[in-house]
Amino acid sequence: MATIYIDNQPYVVKDGQNLLRACLSLGFNLPYFCWHPAMNSVGACRQCAVKQFKDEKDTKGRIVMACMTLAADGTRISIDDPEVRRFRAGVIEFLMVNHPHDCPVCDEGGECHLQDMTVMTGHNYRRFRFRKRTHRNQELGPLVNHEMNRCIACYRCLRFYRDYAGGRDFDVFQWHNYVYFGRQSDGVLENEFSGNLVEVCPTGVFTDKTLKGHYTRKWDLQTAPSICVHCGLGCNTIPGERYGILRRIRNRYHREVNGYFLCDRGRYGYEFVNSPRRIRQPIFRSERSGAAQPVEKQAALEQAAKILGSGERVIGIGSSRASLEANFALRTLVGADRFYRGLAEAECRLLDTAIALLRDGPAPAASMSDAAQSDAVLVLGEDLTNTAPMLAYSVRQSTLQREIGLTKRLHVSWWDDAAIRQALQERRGPLYIATPAATKLDDVATEVYRAAPDDLVRFAQALAHALGAEIPPVSALPRKLAALADVVAEALYLARRPVVVCGTSSGSESLLRAAGNVAWALSAAEHRGQLCLVLPDCNSFGLGLLGGGSLADACRAIQEGKAETVVVLENDLSRHADQAALKLLDEVRHLVALDYLEHATTAAAELVFPAATFAEANGTLVNNEGRAQRSYQVFVPQGKTQASWRWLQEMMVAVGRQAEASWRSFDEITAALAEALPIFAAVKDIAPPEGFRMAGQRVPRQPHRYSGRTAMHAQADVHEPTPLADPDSPLSFSMEGSQRQPPPPLVPRFWAPGWNSMQAITRFQEEVNGPLRGGDSGRRLIEPQPDAAIRYFSDLPAEFEPRPDEWLLVPVDHIFGSEELSALSPGIAQLTPAPYLALSASDAAGANIQEGEKVVLAMDGLHQALPVRFLPSLPRGVAGLPVGLPGMMHVTLPGWAKLSKVTAS
Amino acid sequence: MPYEPVLLANIYKKDSHTLAVYEAGGGYRSLRRVLKGTSPADLVRMIRESGLRGRGGAGFPTGLKWSFLPKDHPGPIYFCVNADESEPGTIVNRVQMEADPHQVLEGIILSCYATRASTAYIYMRWEYAQCLKRMQAAIDESYAAGYLGQNILGSGYSLDVYIHRGAAAYVCGEETGLIESIEGKRAWPRIKPPFPAVEGLFRKPTVVNNIETVSCVKHIVDRGVAWFKSIGRPPEPGNPADPGSFGPKLFGLSGHVNRPGCYEAPLGIPLRQLVEECGGGVWKGRKAKAAIPGGLSTGVLTEAEFDTCLDFAEPMHAGCLGLGTGCVTVFDETYSMVDLLYNACRFFAHESCGQCTPCREGTRWALQMISRIKAGQGRLKDLELLAEIGNSIGALPGTTICGLADGAGWLIKTVLRKFPEELEQYIKRTNAQGYSRCEPAVAMTANNHG
Amino acid sequence: MLTDEERHEIEAEAAQYAYKRAAGPEALKIVQRHRRWVSDQSLKDVAVLLEMTPAELDGVATFYNLIFRKPVGRHVILVCDSVTCWVLGYDSVRDYLSRELGVKPGETTADGRFTLLPMVCLGACDRAPVMMVDDTLYGNLTPQKIDEILAGYRAEETA
Repeated sequence: MATIYIDNQPYVVKDGQNLLRACLSLGFNLPYFCWHPAMNSVGACRQCAVKQFKDEKDTKGRIVMACMTLAADGTRISIDDPEVRRFRAGVIEFLMVNHPHDCPVCDEGGECHLQDMTVMTGHNYRRFRFRKRTHRNQELGPLVNHEMNRCIACYRCLRFYRDYAGGRDFDVFQWHNYVYFGRQSDGVLENEFSGNLVEVCPTGVFTDKTLKGHYTRKWDLQTAPSICVHCGLGCNTIPGERYGILRRIRNRYHREVNGYFLCDRGRYGYEFVNSPRRIRQPIFRSERSGAAQPVEKQAALEQAAKILGSGERVIGIGSSRASLEANFALRTLVGADRFYRGLAEAECRLLDTAIALLRDGPAPAASMSDAAQSDAVLVLGEDLTNTAPMLAYSVRQSTLQREIGLTKRLHVSWWDDAAIRQALQERRGPLYIATPAATKLDDVATEVYRAAPDDLVRFAQALAHALGAEIPPVSALPRKLAALADVVAEALYLARRPVVVCGTSSGSESLLRAAGNVAWALSAAEHRGQLCLVLPDCNSFGLGLLGGGSLADACRAIQEGKAETVVVLENDLSRHADQAALKLLDEVRHLVALDYLEHATTAAAELVFPAATFAEANGTLVNNEGRAQRSYQVFVPQGKTQASWRWLQEMMVAVGRQAEASWRSFDEITAALAEALPIFAAVKDIAPPEGFRMAGQRVPRQPHRYSGRTAMHAQADVHEPTPLADPDSPLSFSMEGSQRQPPPPLVPRFWAPGWNSMQAITRFQEEVNGPLRGGDSGRRLIEPQPDAAIRYFSDLPAEFEPRPDEWLLVPVDHIFGSEELSALSPGIAQLTPAPYLALSASDAAGANIQEGEKVVLAMDGLHQALPVRFLPSLPRGVAGLPVGLPGMMHVTLPGWAKLSKVTAS
Repeated sequence: MPYEPVLLANIYKKDSHTLAVYEAGGGYRSLRRVLKGTSPADLVRMIRESGLRGRGGAGFPTGLKWSFLPKDHPGPIYFCVNADESEPGTIVNRVQMEADPHQVLEGIILSCYATRASTAYIYMRWEYAQCLKRMQAAIDESYAAGYLGQNILGSGYSLDVYIHRGAAAYVCGEETGLIESIEGKRAWPRIKPPFPAVEGLFRKPTVVNNIETVSCVKHIVDRGVAWFKSIGRPPEPGNPADPGSFGPKLFGLSGHVNRPGCYEAPLGIPLRQLVEECGGGVWKGRKAKAAIPGGLSTGVLTEAEFDTCLDFAEPMHAGCLGLGTGCVTVFDETYSMVDLLYNACRFFAHESCGQCTPCREGTRWALQMISRIKAGQGRLKDLELLAEIGNSIGALPGTTICGLADGAGWLIKTVLRKFPEELEQYIKRTNAQGYSRCEPAVAMTANNHG
Repeated sequence: MLTDEERHEIEAEAAQYAYKRAAGPEALKIVQRHRRWVSDQSLKDVAVLLEMTPAELDGVATFYNLIFRKPVGRHVILVCDSVTCWVLGYDSVRDYLSRELGVKPGETTADGRFTLLPMVCLGACDRAPVMMVDDTLYGNLTPQKIDEILAGYRAEETA
């Protein structure tokens, strides 16, 4: 620890950091622009100037940039010195010279860091009396809006986009005060993290284009802490609503999970909540294929009671995108042995395998923060940018870790970002990627290996063997590959915090087990091998822990006549079941569905209940590291929509089983869950109960500046409506409540006096980049077994052999399109590719297929005509099939398929 | 006794740029001698003892700069020669490279030998097409003669010299900007540390020295430390920041003088003497009003300050940023300081690299202010604001990443301080209402972002 | 499309550096030597060759005064507008050239022969006012001298 003196008062701060970080951690108001907590210092904007004194006697001092100056023991500085105050005001004045006076029409207004800093420095009078420089704005696609005239050239956008997110289609052009940030020419920003520009930009150059379509100021948004539902990582978010429309998603800082950023799928996938395809009230079809008739809630429940009857021969199909509480309610309704997970058999097996690896072995699950801080990463089979985007972001950051350690000899501080990047240049730490096709992380990979899934397993087992002799060797591995396996094994072995990344998207359980072998062998060798397993959906892990059969098992039950009524929870079965299974479900006597969007399953259901989305109900989701996190209702939905667990509870009441479903509130159902299934015991403790109050008050979802509440409903009623009650959380649907900082799981927005932008975050952290005050939220439900005897897997498939007239189809994931809900958001839909089949150019040439030509794909009764797209990195004999795209049918991959050319007719 | 030129001794000879003429005048003898018996460490010590200071503008002690290189560095060390002479008013590197490229080259080879560099890059500004030709020819001749390449003169020492032609940006003259530019990037100065001597070009230890500096190295080796120290001025008494100004210096003279050109004189020659004796006095029989002592960024000296000695310390006492490049531009009594200020602001607004706020925004604003004044629409209080802007651009140390911002504000500062009446009278004389627009900068680099 | 000659020159240049992208400015200058300016298409072609994106390469290209991203004439006239030339008659040189060529600074003559560009210090202050036409420096300019210089270029082309 070091003692520093700020305006003659001593403060104890952590060693080795810069003064700006120290001052912000101590709660001082010191303005800055180019510094960002996740991107450190470059010293370009000159805004965070402080005066540094040599010693007690030095009264003259000299101006230094706080972000570039070490907070060494004994450092004496002044923030309040008049000269340095003038200097900071002068810098702001310079920045404001060309900045337009358009705050009232600027989307950033009210949460603008530049506004905040301008007020903070006291600059309030424009002495500049000339024409401002102007630029042409660019059309950057459906997600990000560009307004260059507002730019103050802090370079954060470029640093984030290029240095941190790895984007290469965005740069700085020109020089002197014409510097321009954008693309070489108009076009969609190619990087999957482009939406963060909106939060990284300190002013309104980059703003949220989807928000623009239904714009609302930050202070008019009703917000609540939430969890992203568009992949399995569980990024923390802040959705914002007004007038019943979800308006945007912002990042909610979580040190261990997503840090300061979100991917574009997570940020822009929200608009499905406002979709015209939403189901807003119960629907009844007197005949299964007949027209849907809206019915009243009571009638729907009575109908449900009739169908469900005594509960015999009723099965339930859960969902990996529904909350633990909803799945538990269904499981309670139908009984544990008649609860199925709504996943294909292969999906269930993969999920169980992944969870078992984290539960039974010595290697702990790696959080995204662990992955980012790892000094050696091995990725097996996952195209992270498309299956778990923010994890790809973390892994990209990891490639700097070892190298940063090596720059110590340069006497450069770790926070001196420009110097660090200068020193590293193109050098990146160990990252090895073994996947069937190229990934967007390849540019920072030390080496990549492209092969069919079985060959990936062989490679992984060979390297596991190099780490742990008990693991059987792989014979007949090509010499070069064996050498690579040794190199990778050594890199992982020498690392302080190696992480092995794998997941379910490759479809290979053997690969998962091989990944487990590698991580376990590292752990056995007294190295902290960590395992980071990617799961497809926001509650895959929770559903996995809940257990239950697969869809195939459900079909067997139907075939065997054990089930004639099926209740489907928040699940479009066509995404998980093959044609035969769908047909069977179609023919089942009664089909009841609960969901928020129309799809094949709700269309076939006799009775449909309008379920609440993540923004309209509380829920607990378990992310890929096994961390249970609470997501809160943001607003009260229109119509009869309510949380699925409430519908299910009411159904149970309707059939007279209220004793079994006594939960009236969210706290009661989580308590029941915890009691029924001890694995979920922690779930009730991950957030304060409904009765939690701060100084007797709730936590308001609406900011204290929320406007128009006496007027916004005036067209319906001139009386101000009573704020809606929230029986499920300590949050209120109103402006009233405590303005103090709530415990981390309840933080509904980041705001502090003088800090209206997201940069207010430092006011909520214990220290800059530390946990939110009160500790990291969420809790892991399973822990590794460090002392258990390791039972290695001996999976060893034969070497992959291309077949003469068949292709091995492997899944190809798309960040935009492969995930069900986000694909329904207009912005994401614009970026979603049309279905296609991927072939390597040489394979296609061998089969005399041109790019763009349509071919018919035939496998397991699936016939689909698809245009061919070349994916040069695919191994010989392997073809890629995009998964989950709208219009694509479910098929279990990898699998062999025949291709035939569509003959012109 | 009149001063006998050393650096310019060759330039009036016929075909002075050829190897034959250079060798006939004793060229490369020092190199032969050094390669036979002097160790690099001895050479560094010699340069340190000589007190040679960089001639590019900042006057950093050369031997000290070399000594920052890591000892026993296993990999390559790069030597960059700064021939990006872009400071307005500055001509001396061009004269040397055009007229005596071998002298420069011998200096480079000796400096590289001293610093154990195996590769040297001459960063040549684009506009020096003739220099490029002459230097390239000299390099080719030297390779053929065995002064460059593998195992130079059988000594075991090897060196390759390349010319890197710039693409015109003032900031490339800043040493880390220059390094960035050679690496093919935007020439944005780097924050130090790490210093180039530790991590420079392509992440290798790197020295950047000016053309004239390396030429001095050759003459120190030739004639010895004592000779070098016999020229120039010793450290100022009572000024611990001044290690003295030793050796010969090339001075450029331009503007309103009778005989503009490049002259050699001992460091410390009074400005007046330089103007009168070398330049033949102010043109048209007029008196001088002011002069810029070493390039636009050093600020102005008034005629009353013409007795200032041009060494590394004295110009600062007269309020200038330093000696700068030693290239003097003289303005006669009829010349308007408003016009000078306008030109200076125009230059710096155009050449600011755009990295740091004060320089990027301040230079442009200053230009707009002075444009309005020049157009006859200024107001007296504009001068206060202009002075404030000038001060903010870089007057306080550490306010920007590189030192060029200091220079960008310096001329504004010194003109406003030294010619307040002239500026005030100009404004009063032209006193009119309304605002003007500045002359738009013309560039051919605009692209899709205009 | 780049010509084979351009490609070979750029590849040779790139081979001299630790990594290809370091040759960016040089490669653009090679293109410029052949085509006088760098079009969007040429920029893209060079970017591919150097394994860069157009954005990365254009970021570098637009930093430098003398990489032309707009078409220029067959001869580029750079008129020094820095301090010494400024005080010794830059205005009249520029205006004279403007009148003679019938173009404003920054423009190209209708016949595509000359582009007139003001330029920062050319480092020949002892011969001010000066200008450069392509790679040749002309000092101590007077109207007569400018006439002769321009006539020389015109004659050269008609010959």
